[in-house]
Amino acid sequence: MLIPDNLFYTKDHEWVKIDGDNAIIGITDFAQSLLGDVTFIDLPKIGLIIKQTKPCATVESVKAASDVYAPLSGEVLKTNNELTSHPELVNKSPYESGWFAVIKMADETEKNLLMAPAQYKAYIESSQKK
Amino acid sequence: MQLIFEKSRVGRRGFQLPETDVPEAFALPDKYCRKIKACLPEVSELDVVRHFSNLSSRNFSVDTNFYPLGSCTMKYNPKFTEKIAVMPGFADLHPLLPQLLGGGMLAQGALEVLYHMERLLSEITGMAEFTVQPLAGAHGELTGVMLIAAYHKNNSSLKKHIIIPDSSHGTNPASAAIAGYDVVVVPTDKDGFLDMQAYKKALNQETAAVMLTCPDTLGLFNSKIKEIADLAHSVGALMYYDGANLNAILGKCRPGDIGFDVIHLNLHKTFATPHGGGGPGAGPVGVCEKLVDFLPVSRVIRRIDGTFALDYRRHKSIGYIAPFYGNFAVILKAYSYILMLGKSGLIEASENAVLSANYCLARLKDYYKPAYDKICMHECVLSASRQLEQGVRALDIAKYLIDKGFHPPTIYFPLIVKEAIMIEPTETESKETLDVFIDVMIEAALLAKTNPSALHLAPLTMPIGRLDETKAAREPNLRWQP
Repeated sequence: MLIPDNLFYTKDHEWVKIDGDNAIIGITDFAQSLLGDVTFIDLPKIGLIIKQTKPCATVESVKAASDVYAPLSGEVLKTNNELTSHPELVNKSPYESGWFAVIKMADETEKNLLMAPAQYKAYIESSQKK
Repeated sequence: MQLIFEKSRVGRRGFQLPETDVPEAFALPDKYCRKIKACLPEVSELDVVRHFSNLSSRNFSVDTNFYPLGSCTMKYNPKFTEKIAVMPGFADLHPLLPQLLGGGMLAQGALEVLYHMERLLSEITGMAEFTVQPLAGAHGELTGVMLIAAYHKNNSSLKKHIIIPDSSHGTNPASAAIAGYDVVVVPTDKDGFLDMQAYKKALNQETAAVMLTCPDTLGLFNSKIKEIADLAHSVGALMYYDGANLNAILGKCRPGDIGFDVIHLNLHKTFATPHGGGGPGAGPVGVCEKLVDFLPVSRVIRRIDGTFALDYRRHKSIGYIAPFYGNFAVILKAYSYILMLGKSGLIEASENAVLSANYCLARLKDYYKPAYDKICMHECVLSASRQLEQGVRALDIAKYLIDKGFHPPTIYFPLIVKEAIMIEPTETESKETLDVFIDVMIEAALLAKTNPSALHLAPLTMPIGRLDETKAAREPNLRWQP
């Protein structure tokens, strides 16, 4: 299970990469492995204001359709159009070419609600045991 | 098997037009002529008959095999209901008739069926009134949420969201959202029930309703249901009952008695009308006293002289939600089913549905991990998590069952159970049928240990082997193209 060191994580298995005032978001390797083959992704519209913990995108896999929750609040600046024609990128490369969107962060302090890599690793392990 | 298009031969026909005995009219103007050929198959009548007869023999249904598709209640549809639905007195009625002057008197039988059906459903569920108009379960849900919205609006109370458990049917959040509410999802606790702490936290003055199934999607009856309802009512929220699982509790407990305010039923589940397949459904909605005024028009009423008529004078009504009075023939079939079984028959149906599910659970739980190891209601949820250690997924077991002549149970639902296998045998299956099915499930569990690759290859006996579901979803190719 890949959990890169330079990212932050949520309980709902989204990742965030902080890049100055902006944040790149996506879903984790753990999330994609649970979902199975991703078949369709509904990305947020550019310019949309998204709110932390509220749904901001939908991922459909052969098993189910699932909401993706915004890990941070902010305005959507850019989305990964490649995912429209190649949803499998989320399975193949969840942290690189499978990114979802770039947002302009509205509130830096929201970062405090995210998990560090070690914390996220422990969180997955404890949820696995259940 | 070839597609009918592939059987096409230029000039072959299944009919002969009579020779024309009138002079040919002018040619169609060019702008009305199609530019691209219609590419209809050119085949003989015999080609068509054979093609569709062969296709139909590949059909899988409750009439041919065991169909334990959990959450869907694929119960057998007794044939007498079909006979009643085609009786000319019903089948030949024009739906406009009761709306015409004096026409109501010519449709008294049909109006009585609608009126009496609403009374029966009210009695069975403990609600004050019913409408049988909604055309399907999801349509009933939307109608129910619209009734909730109309009620709150009428009370001028500002309500914003609907609480839904994470084990719910996908239609619940969809209905809530389409009716204009936000959806607040509450997780399930370790015992498989609504997490009460999270529920209390989510519940506030802005809660319009709480949508639940009981027994829930895990096939468990929530003993805290009364407390949940009382808490909802204390903040002015209404309780919505998704009737998907009513088959488990007929005559045992009534949603209206435990505090539910709105309920929709799927007649095809509990009352044995045919399942969709694109065909007509019915999703009647029942309400408690305080919501009666908002029910859709028209309402069937009984006049003092005992005759039946349509009533449109309901100024608080949410209005029309369906043409005419719903899918009448479906309502009629369910009505016949209820009358044929009677009170004791319906209770027995529920008891046997629950018994069948518990029998499956008891015999299978040594082989598959039960999602929650306790007495279940009309369906049981197992997990293929043990099998997953050998690389065998719920999907592989489902495909293996196809080879053995069974429709697979529901898999990967509810979403909160890893590698879920959801079995709902229904009341009509014999112990012998259940035993054969269970033996095959056990066989699959043993194969998962000894020869997992055998399961990965299934199905082997079908006209088509394992389908690439990912490719089908990513690159759907839904129609023949020349």
